[in-house]
Amino acid sequence: MEKNYLNWKKGLLSWLLTRDHKRIGLLYMITVFSFFFVGGVFALLLRLELFKVGETIMNSAFYNQIMTYHGAVMIFMVIIPGIPAFLGNFVLPLQIGAKDVAFPKINLLSWYCLIVGAGVTLLSLFLGGVDTGWTFYTPYSIETNTAVIPVVLGVFIMGFSSILTGLNFIVTIHRLRCPGMTFFRMPLFVWSLYSTAIIQVLATPVLAITLLLLVGERILDIGIFNSEKGGDPILFQHFFWFYSHPAVYIMILPAMGVISELISAFSRQKIFGYKAVVFASLGIAGVSFFVWGHHMFVSGQSEWAGIVFSFLTMLVGVPTAVKIFNWVATLFKGSLKFDTPFLYALGFLFLFLIGGVTGIMLAVLPFDVHVHDTYFVVAHFHYVMVGGTIMGIMGGFYYWFPKMFGRLYNELLGQVSFVFIFIGFNVTFFPQFILGMSGMPRRYADYISPYEPLNQVSTVGSWLIASGFVVAFFALIWAMFKGKKSSANPWGAKTLEWQTSSPPPHENFLKRPVVSKDAYE
Amino acid sequence: MLFSNFFVLAEEKTQPATDYVAQLEKLEEFLIVISFIACVLITLAFVYFAFRFRRKESREEGKATQHHNLPLEIVWSFIPFVIFMVSFAWGWLVYKDVRTPPKDSLEIQVYGQKWNWEFIYKNGRKTTNELYVPVDRPVKLIMTSRDVIHSFYIPTFKIKQDVVPGTYTFLWFKANHKGEFQVFCTEFCGAGHSSMGAKLNVLSLADWENWLKTDPYKGLSLVEIGQKAFQGRCTACHKPTQERLIGPGLAGLYNTKRDLEDGPVVLADENYLRESILNPGAKISKGYPNQMTPFAGLLSEEELSGLIEYIKSLK
Repeated sequence: MEKNYLNWKKGLLSWLLTRDHKRIGLLYMITVFSFFFVGGVFALLLRLELFKVGETIMNSAFYNQIMTYHGAVMIFMVIIPGIPAFLGNFVLPLQIGAKDVAFPKINLLSWYCLIVGAGVTLLSLFLGGVDTGWTFYTPYSIETNTAVIPVVLGVFIMGFSSILTGLNFIVTIHRLRCPGMTFFRMPLFVWSLYSTAIIQVLATPVLAITLLLLVGERILDIGIFNSEKGGDPILFQHFFWFYSHPAVYIMILPAMGVISELISAFSRQKIFGYKAVVFASLGIAGVSFFVWGHHMFVSGQSEWAGIVFSFLTMLVGVPTAVKIFNWVATLFKGSLKFDTPFLYALGFLFLFLIGGVTGIMLAVLPFDVHVHDTYFVVAHFHYVMVGGTIMGIMGGFYYWFPKMFGRLYNELLGQVSFVFIFIGFNVTFFPQFILGMSGMPRRYADYISPYEPLNQVSTVGSWLIASGFVVAFFALIWAMFKGKKSSANPWGAKTLEWQTSSPPPHENFLKRPVVSKDAYE
Repeated sequence: MLFSNFFVLAEEKTQPATDYVAQLEKLEEFLIVISFIACVLITLAFVYFAFRFRRKESREEGKATQHHNLPLEIVWSFIPFVIFMVSFAWGWLVYKDVRTPPKDSLEIQVYGQKWNWEFIYKNGRKTTNELYVPVDRPVKLIMTSRDVIHSFYIPTFKIKQDVVPGTYTFLWFKANHKGEFQVFCTEFCGAGHSSMGAKLNVLSLADWENWLKTDPYKGLSLVEIGQKAFQGRCTACHKPTQERLIGPGLAGLYNTKRDLEDGPVVLADENYLRESILNPGAKISKGYPNQMTPFAGLLSEEELSGLIEYIKSLK
C-alpha cells in the first residue's frame, strides 16, 4: 500500500506522541467532536427542561449547572479550538507549502494543554459542579459554594493551548512559506488564521490573569472584586470581556476564512476583492480589542463609555459587511456546484447575515437596554456561533475530508444532514428573537406561561438539529473507513493542499512546491 | 409594538406604556425594517446567483473577468457605514432620554437580594416584590444589592439596569396609565434567579397616597402578620407545604428533629427557627446548600415573631 501520513507509523503511541501537524489536527478533531457531543447533550437537556412551564426534568440548581457546562464546554473546548486547532493545524502548513508548523513539539504540547485543561474543568462535575454561567461574574462566582476553582483553573490551562497554537501559527506563516508564496498570495484561510493568532496571543493572557485573580479572591479573599474591601465587582466584567470580546473573533474569523475557501473552490473563481477581505480580517482583529464595553451597557459603567463602545461596535460592522458583499460577488458568473461543503457556505451566509444585523441592533444603546440578558441575545450569539462557526467547522470538515482520509463521504447523506441542521437551527433559534423582544430573560430555569408556545417550537427545533448531526456523524465515520477512494483534488480547487496526494505523505509534499501565481488562480 | 402586550399582567389602556417606549419603538421599527430589507436583498442576490450560475457542462470554470473593483467596494463599504452611523446616533438620542431622570422624580429605594426585591419608600414603608407607584409621575429607582449582582427589568417599559453591591445605580420611568406590570431579574444570581420577579402596580395618585399611609399589619393576628411577611420574602425558596423547593418545605417542620450537614441533630424549636431566619448559615440542614440570605436587620421583631408563629401553624 502507498505510504501516507496515516499509515506512516503504527500504534497508539505513534499518535499520542506525534509531531506531525496532520495527525495533531486529527487528535483535535476527535477531541473537539467529543466535546461537541457532550455540550450538545447538555443543550438538549436544557431545551427539554424548557419545553413546559414548571419543573419538568431537573430543578433550578441543576439547570444552572447544565447551563454553565453547556456554555463552558462549547466555548472553551469546541468553538475556540474548533477551527484553528483542528482544521487550521491540518490545512495551514499544506496551504503555504510547508512540511509542518514551525514548532511541532509545541504543537503537540498545546493539544495536551487542551486535554489537561478540559480534564480539570470536567473534574468539577464530580466535585459538585459549577453554576456561575460560563462568564464567572463576581461576586456570584466568589460566593457560590460550587466547584468554581477547578473550572477556572481548567480554563486557565486551556488558555495556554490557544496561546501556543497562535504563536506557532504566527511564526509558521512568517518563516515557512514556500518559495514564491508572498503574503498576498496566501489563501484567505491562512490570513484569517493569522488575524486570529494575533488575538489569541494578545488577549488570552488577560483572561488567564483575570481567572487567577478570581481564584485568589476565593482562596485568599484579596478583595480586588469585592466592594466591601474597596474593590469593584464590575472590574471583573471589564477584565473578562477585554478577553472575551476579542475571543468572539477568535471564534468567527477562522470560520470566515473557511467560507472564503469554500466559496472560491465551489464557484471555481478567484475571491472577489482578495485584498479587501484580507484587510477586513486584520481590521476586525484590531477593532475587536476596543469594543468589550458593549457587553456592559446596563452594568452601571458610565454613560459616556457606553456611547463610545456603541460607536466602536458599529465600526466593526463595516469590514464584516464588506466580507459578505465580497463572498456574494464571488458567486457572480461562477460555476457553482452544490456539494455539501458549499451548502454549509451558503448556510453560513444566511445565518451569519441574521447574526450580523441583530448584532448591529444590539449595538444600538437603548435597544440593548431592553433586550440585554434576554433570549434576543441568546438567539443572536447562536446565529453567530452556530450559524457562523459551527457551519464553518462542518463545511470545512466536509471540504477537507477527502484530503484527511483519502476517501469521499456520501454526498446525499451530507446534504440531508445539512438540511436537518439548517432547518432545525432556524426553528430552534428564530423564535428566541421573538421571546427576547417580548422580554424573556436568559438563564431562566423556568418562565411564565405566555412564553410557553415559542419555547416548545424551539425545543422541537433542537431535536431536528440533533437528528442532523447524528446522520452526519454515522455517515462520516462510515466514509472514513469504507468511503470511495478520493483523487488528489476531487473539487478542482486551486490552493496548494490539493496539489499533493490524498491523504498527503508524511511531510506533505514529495517535492517542495514553488508558487508563481496568486491565490485561487 | 409587535410583542409588548405579551407580558402585561393587567392594564387599563393599551400602549404606549410610557413616552419613552413610544420613542424607542420608532427606533426599533427602523432597525427591524432596515435589517429585514438588508437580509432579503443579500439573500435574494446569492440565491439568484446560486441558480443562475450553477455548474453546467458548457461552463466548468468560473467566467468572471474582474476580481476587484475599487469604486464598487468603496460604495458597499460606505452604505452600511451610513446606516450604522444613523442607528448609532438615533440610539444615542433615545438613550440620553432614558438616562436623564427629571428633577421632580419621586425617589424609591430598591434592594436586590437572593431572591427577592425590597422597596423602601420615603416615609419608611417597605414592601417586598410589590412596587407601588403613582401614574403620570416620574419615578426614580435608586438601587443597590445586598449580595450578588441582580438586574431590575420592566419588560413593558423596555428598561433595565444592573443592581450592584457597594454602589447605587438608577432607573427612571413615568407610567402613562394604571395597571400591573411584570418585573424580572435579568442578571444570573443563582438557584432562585428565575423566580426573582416582582409586580409593579401603577395606581392613581390618590390611591397611591392612601396606600402609602396604611399600615399593612394593622389589626392582623400574629400568624397573619407572619403569612404576609412570608409572601415574596420567602416564597422563592420555601413552600408552605412539605414540598422541597430550593430550601425545605415548612409544613410540619416545627418541633421535629433536624439532621444537620455536619452531623448533629437539633430540635426545630422557636430558637432554632429564629436563628435559621436571622443567621441561616449557623445550622445547615442536611442535603441543602448554604445559600439563604441572612435576614438579621431586615425584619422587625413583630415580623420575626409572626413568621415563627406562621411556620408553627403550617401542618
